[in-house]
Amino acid sequence: MRELGYSALTPDSGLLSVARTPPPSKGFPMARPTTEPPEPGQVGRRRFLTYLVAAPTLTVATKLTADGLAPARADAVVPTLPQPAEILDLGDVLTLSCAPTAGMLVLELTADGRARLQLPRAEVGQGITTATAMLVAEELDLPLDRVDVVLSDARTELLFNQLTGGSNTMRSLYDPVRATAATARARMVAAAGAQWGTDASRLSTRDGAVWAPDGRSASYGVLAGPASRTDLTTGSVAPKAESAHTLVGTPTSRKDARAMVTGTQVYTLDLDVPGANPVMVRRPPTINGTVRKVNNEAAVRAMPGIIDIAVVPTGVAVMAETFGQALDGKNALDVTWGPGTVDGEDNETIKKKLRAAALPFVVPPLLTQYVDGEFDFAFASHAPMESNSAVADVREDSATIWAGLKSPIVAKQTIAQELGLPENKVTVHVQQGGGSFGRRLFFDAALEAAHISKAMKKPVRLMWSRIDDMRHGRARAASYHRIRATFALGQVLTFEHRVASVETDWSHGLGEILTAYAAKLPVGGNLGFAQTVFLLTVKSPYNFGVTTQLLNEVPLKFHTSAWRSVYSANTRGAEEIMVDEIAKKLGKDPVQFRREFVKSDRQRAVLDKVAELGEWGKKMPAGFAQGVAVHGEYKSYTACLVELDARDPKHPRVTKATIAVDVGKPVNPRGVQAQMLGGLTDAISTTLTAGLHIDRGLPLEGSYSQFHYARQKNSPMDVQVHVMPATGDDIGGAGELGLPAPVGAIANAYARATGTRPRSFPITFPVDFDPFPR
Amino acid sequence: MPNYTFVVNGKTVTVDAPADLPMLWALRDKLKVRGPKYGCGINVCKACTSHLDGEAFNPCVTPVSECAGREVTTIEGLADGDELHPVQEAWLEQDVAQCGYCQPGQIMAAVALLKKTKNPTDADIDAIENVCRCGTYFRIREAIKSAAAKMA
Repeated sequence: MRELGYSALTPDSGLLSVARTPPPSKGFPMARPTTEPPEPGQVGRRRFLTYLVAAPTLTVATKLTADGLAPARADAVVPTLPQPAEILDLGDVLTLSCAPTAGMLVLELTADGRARLQLPRAEVGQGITTATAMLVAEELDLPLDRVDVVLSDARTELLFNQLTGGSNTMRSLYDPVRATAATARARMVAAAGAQWGTDASRLSTRDGAVWAPDGRSASYGVLAGPASRTDLTTGSVAPKAESAHTLVGTPTSRKDARAMVTGTQVYTLDLDVPGANPVMVRRPPTINGTVRKVNNEAAVRAMPGIIDIAVVPTGVAVMAETFGQALDGKNALDVTWGPGTVDGEDNETIKKKLRAAALPFVVPPLLTQYVDGEFDFAFASHAPMESNSAVADVREDSATIWAGLKSPIVAKQTIAQELGLPENKVTVHVQQGGGSFGRRLFFDAALEAAHISKAMKKPVRLMWSRIDDMRHGRARAASYHRIRATFALGQVLTFEHRVASVETDWSHGLGEILTAYAAKLPVGGNLGFAQTVFLLTVKSPYNFGVTTQLLNEVPLKFHTSAWRSVYSANTRGAEEIMVDEIAKKLGKDPVQFRREFVKSDRQRAVLDKVAELGEWGKKMPAGFAQGVAVHGEYKSYTACLVELDARDPKHPRVTKATIAVDVGKPVNPRGVQAQMLGGLTDAISTTLTAGLHIDRGLPLEGSYSQFHYARQKNSPMDVQVHVMPATGDDIGGAGELGLPAPVGAIANAYARATGTRPRSFPITFPVDFDPFPR
Repeated sequence: MPNYTFVVNGKTVTVDAPADLPMLWALRDKLKVRGPKYGCGINVCKACTSHLDGEAFNPCVTPVSECAGREVTTIEGLADGDELHPVQEAWLEQDVAQCGYCQPGQIMAAVALLKKTKNPTDADIDAIENVCRCGTYFRIREAIKSAAAKMA
């Protein structure tokens, strides 16, 4: 048995040339192959090498070998040339980027008979801890309530494999988690076989134990020690056949639900870190404004409960005994501010810049019939319920950070750099987050907390006020869309879509991933990150002849971040409105037209399902209408049919929604339904009421009373989400899939109910409030 | 600083706090009762919804002095030991929570509603203003209806 260092765990493939060779990892100094040579497991096209980590009880780590990396190719011959996202989408790229380090997946079996998976992802409500626990429970034949999934600390050796985004968790981890758990099961069986002198092939597993034909059994808890012995060998290991799954694929409730309903779920600011006191920050009156001078520091220091004050790059931090007192202190500060980066901008100047930036159409509207449409979408705050927050304890020679982080490695590297500490002196704990929707790809609060802790020389609990979160936090960039379709003889000949968007910030690590894998991307030329992401995510589901979708960005320095479904909500939403308008011009029913022109049978099947379940075409009372739309992304397909009450056109309400979704393989159908419900509510909000007004370099909106995200009274009384059975296709993404189709369906229903053509979103968007002081 | 004595989840406690300190911070920062969440601080998102003498209230805008001598119930005090309140059970059955951050407030609002209205209509449920940014509203609606049926 040879002791293997980290380098032996990296795959012997060309991919390594684009990944940095990581330093030897502290976490895996004793990794050994389980046998000589390491036995391969086979899952579909993918092969795995699994390693035994020296530990008192069974601990296995698995890596994905290079021959599993070929992305699925689109092989259908279609009249419209395949678009980049059909060949290799953003999720494929993320999966590819995870592959060299998937070996870092670690599963422990403990003496109390429990399994513990270290998940290198962030749980922010999407249910991945439950779904991955289901995979482990399935492979091990262990009850789900005996599987624990914990979020890994930032581990730089994981390179790109710790970014939670792109609807990618189940796509990238489905195979490696199963392979890891299958190895653990095989070792349990082998350990029992060795004890009983029975051939492993005659043993079975159920209910967390190994069973012999004569009825003897040994629990995993008892076997966890013996199964960790390095002289124990197993035969070839393969995960269960999917046809034998009894848990995976069945609707399963969240493992963390009980903690949530009893108030014991721990979020960042529920942690008790000794000595860490509440801190809030006074922020500038415009985005990215700077502190020139604090005029009344002594007076604020004298206020009750105030402990400390410090100027940091983002504002003036106030520490107090309670958050209430920190807030009073921050509000009492008199600060002279320097200008920010977008002080002269407001909604109108931005719209003008976006219009000017939209790239020209190629096809002139000559000789054929055509429809043109222009659309714009306002900025939208991510507005997770848990505002930006972090706990930090920065010492002379080390730092420890706790925060909800979807890109913790980049957070760790940046914090180390800014604090002037070596990376290995910075520990970043990933906390379960109170929502994200793309927001926690960035680590603003973690970095700010580190700066404050360093300046104050004390541990800190930093919380952003809701007003600051909405005004100085991040948002989906405003966008402008110009679409032209030409048609003749009942056929759509060309479909052109030009998107102009305020620049979206990609500096949370995805940019590095795309750079590293640039040679493998199906998009040519010298495209920037944004255009690359756009082309890897946005695709038209229709055979509309020559189709081009292009993005141009306006470099305005707002605080932005990808918002659930990134460019697709606006881009595909606007297209679905145009699809209804093209159908109308051609005298066709919106469902029939879509049926005829969608490229994929799976796309057509979900459309047929909602048309059937939602009773498409039924008679609606005056002021009510149905609307329909489809969307395909990340190898998944969905359709949505809504009923809208627009009797009061200023206050329309979606009263019913029928959604069908095909994710290829639903690991947890109940979780998929939850994601689609979330996407629907996001669509209701951003289509009808929720947006930010920029005024002199700052959003006016500062709370949920002003940024009108939907409430119960705006939510449908009837929602049906139909999850299509597994198709045998690859697993597709679910987290972001649910937004674009309802955007189109709601807008289309609104158009039919009111006889208007909605062009500007949200549809009802007055400044119906007195803005908070700056 | 003045002292205020009140009951939190059945336990008598005393806090040393300025009279105008919002109860949310007396609970979270002084008493380490962390079930009620901050979401806005101005009684708009309702994530902190708890009960004061059995009625829904929002500790983010209620001064600690107003709670003196009264009985506060937070989400932590809703269950009877390991036995969950029927509304909590309904939340589990409907698998309502996604990120879970607003759910303590949603549940406390639902319990308060069901106390007053045994068989709430859709309009009664619509009147609950608690924000759920994950958009779980339909499951909340179903859970309230199911809890109402069980409690009837």
